[in-house]
Amino acid sequence: MNMTILYTVITLGAIGSSAAVILYFVAQKFKVYEDPRIDEVEQALPGANCGGCGFAGCRAFADACVKEGDLSELYCPVGGNDCMSGVAKILGLDAVKKDPRVAVLRCNGTCEFRPKVNKYDGATTCHIIHATYSGDTGCQYGCLGCGDCCKVCDFDALHMDPVTGLPVVDEDKCTACGACVRECPKDLFELRKKLPKHRKIYVACRNEDKGPVNKKACAVACIGCSKCFKVCEYDAITMGNNLAFIDSDKCKFCRKCVPVCPTNAIIETGFPPRRVKEEESTQEKPVVNA
Amino acid sequence: MLKTFKKGGIHPPENKLSAGNPIQEMELPKVVYIPVSQHIGAPSTPLVKKGDKVKAGQLISKSSGFVSANIHSSVSGTVAKVDTIPDSFGYPKQGIVINVEGDEWEETIDRSPDLVRECSLTGPEIVQKIQDAGIVGMGGATFPTHVKLVPPRGMKAEMLLINGSECEPYLTSDHRLMLEKTEEVLVGTTLLMRAMGVEKALIGIENNKPDAISLMKEKARGYKGIEVVPLKGKYPQGGEKQLINAATGREVPSGALPISVGCVVSNVGSAFAVYEAVQKNKPLFERVVTVTGKSLEKPCNLKARIGTQVAELVAFAGGLPEDTGKVISGGPMMGKAVASLEVPVTKGTSGVLIMPEKEAGRGEHLVCIRCSRCVSVCPMGLEPYLLMTLAEKKIFDRLETERVMDCIECGSCSYTCPSNRPLLDYIRFGKANVGAIIRARKN
Repeated sequence: MNMTILYTVITLGAIGSSAAVILYFVAQKFKVYEDPRIDEVEQALPGANCGGCGFAGCRAFADACVKEGDLSELYCPVGGNDCMSGVAKILGLDAVKKDPRVAVLRCNGTCEFRPKVNKYDGATTCHIIHATYSGDTGCQYGCLGCGDCCKVCDFDALHMDPVTGLPVVDEDKCTACGACVRECPKDLFELRKKLPKHRKIYVACRNEDKGPVNKKACAVACIGCSKCFKVCEYDAITMGNNLAFIDSDKCKFCRKCVPVCPTNAIIETGFPPRRVKEEESTQEKPVVNA
Repeated sequence: MLKTFKKGGIHPPENKLSAGNPIQEMELPKVVYIPVSQHIGAPSTPLVKKGDKVKAGQLISKSSGFVSANIHSSVSGTVAKVDTIPDSFGYPKQGIVINVEGDEWEETIDRSPDLVRECSLTGPEIVQKIQDAGIVGMGGATFPTHVKLVPPRGMKAEMLLINGSECEPYLTSDHRLMLEKTEEVLVGTTLLMRAMGVEKALIGIENNKPDAISLMKEKARGYKGIEVVPLKGKYPQGGEKQLINAATGREVPSGALPISVGCVVSNVGSAFAVYEAVQKNKPLFERVVTVTGKSLEKPCNLKARIGTQVAELVAFAGGLPEDTGKVISGGPMMGKAVASLEVPVTKGTSGVLIMPEKEAGRGEHLVCIRCSRCVSVCPMGLEPYLLMTLAEKKIFDRLETERVMDCIECGSCSYTCPSNRPLLDYIRFGKANVGAIIRARKN
């Protein structure tokens, strides 16, 4: 009886120790050298695994940082300049400095401005609607309102507004990872320069139709009249496809383009209220609350 | 026992409300809206500009490649503009708007109603005439007919199949054509046979049209090589692969064209258009459209000019009923809901269906209960529930191996799903993406 236990212990002990010896030598023989700095860099990264840098995750990005030996093409939009300078310190390289960015929805086609002209009852994801249907409003460039962008946001920064039917970006949470930019089938999101107090000036429209057509579909559509283009002193506005586009890197935020827009397609946020002149206030314009 | 295709299929209520109503000539509209892309393939190139005077039958937009089709003016008048107009489903596309003035046709067109049987043209000459006349598949797929008639190198056509099954519920335009233009359809079939160089043609007609079967059978005795095949009523019998399977028993392999089993399929409407193009020199600029719906006052079959707005057809049929929930261009199964009534009739508009509110909704989408009804009705032997899930998860490589590109988008799966799942919506999305991947790989 006691002998049985003894034999068992001896046999198992012998198997265990011989396996340990074999495993030790195998591990020595097939050892893969991994740069310890990869772990260090990974520790310095935010660990969100969002893919905003263009790599499959933070580990892959850290691997690229170490192997590349040059940080000019690599940037973590979530961690920002602080994070990248930390990475650069570990590797002894120079990091590029970039302005912080924030996602902006370039459509203001709320239920009020862009009336529904038909009803859709198919599958409710933006990609399906984009592939099979022209949309339930007269504008086929605008937001489809199914919230595919909200589903892909890893930072809880995008939410659908039930009143307007449009997604709203929470700028404090947005890390400019670009997931929504890649997801939106209508290409409505843009990463724009982030300013203090959430200041922004942008054209909230992507409708490439001619003025009379898109005006019928949406009250706040950009009709491509070029008035803002003419008034801009800093060459920040370009015209193309019946649309104006404000380059956030060139814009000096003089706000001259905003009042000249006949349809209020240019949105300004975060600025102090301007003094309204008498004759301007009498003009009939759709009121925009952004 | 009557012939039909082997795999799957459904039998929705037929609702052929307008089957007994003869084809009526639609009065001329005031303005026509003619999109330059009414076919599968490259859009045609407009030849006219604002202010040009055109006659009915005049070439106004030239085909821009082999897989493309000419477009002719359907009316006489002045070109108002060449601009973006809604196409047959409401998408903004390039098109030509013509203000109608009088009804002057090109001199070469024979406007007499007499039947012309004799034709001295050779096969390639007929193909050329078909190409010039801009004829496309009139069943709804709108594939240019002349492309089908010239088989790819190394393949040989053995027989022609004419699709008179009209398996879509509600639609009756092909049925009326077979009853009223029997001889013309048969002459058109003979011309198509000569163009392809084949000796045999089968005309498949579903048994819910016994009058058409008996009339076509009787008249077909006077034509060499044409045989009428009565088929058991089952949707989607009008799909080319299903029709080939039903009429001949042959099976088109996955990913292959019907020509691989020696068949070419054409529609009754196309056969009639071929007759008019070859024997009467009349390009394709008008077609028979079924305007139907349960609450519509006068469901009817109208001969309308291409570019006529759907609103005018509906007005002719007694106006839009109050309880309208959906207006569909085409049949209830394959057709597409239109966003407004301002859309024009195009070469592929086989019908305009007005669905009442209570029937139009698709119901609440519920979860899949794994009943596999969609699998049993799929005429292509696919697994729609699986394709939908894969498309939802965007697993496109697996979708390709599951033969998503074989899907003919007949909608049997969505029709039969007890949970109202939008199967076809997702499959279409998957197909569009897989198609793009395959094209990218080829280039």
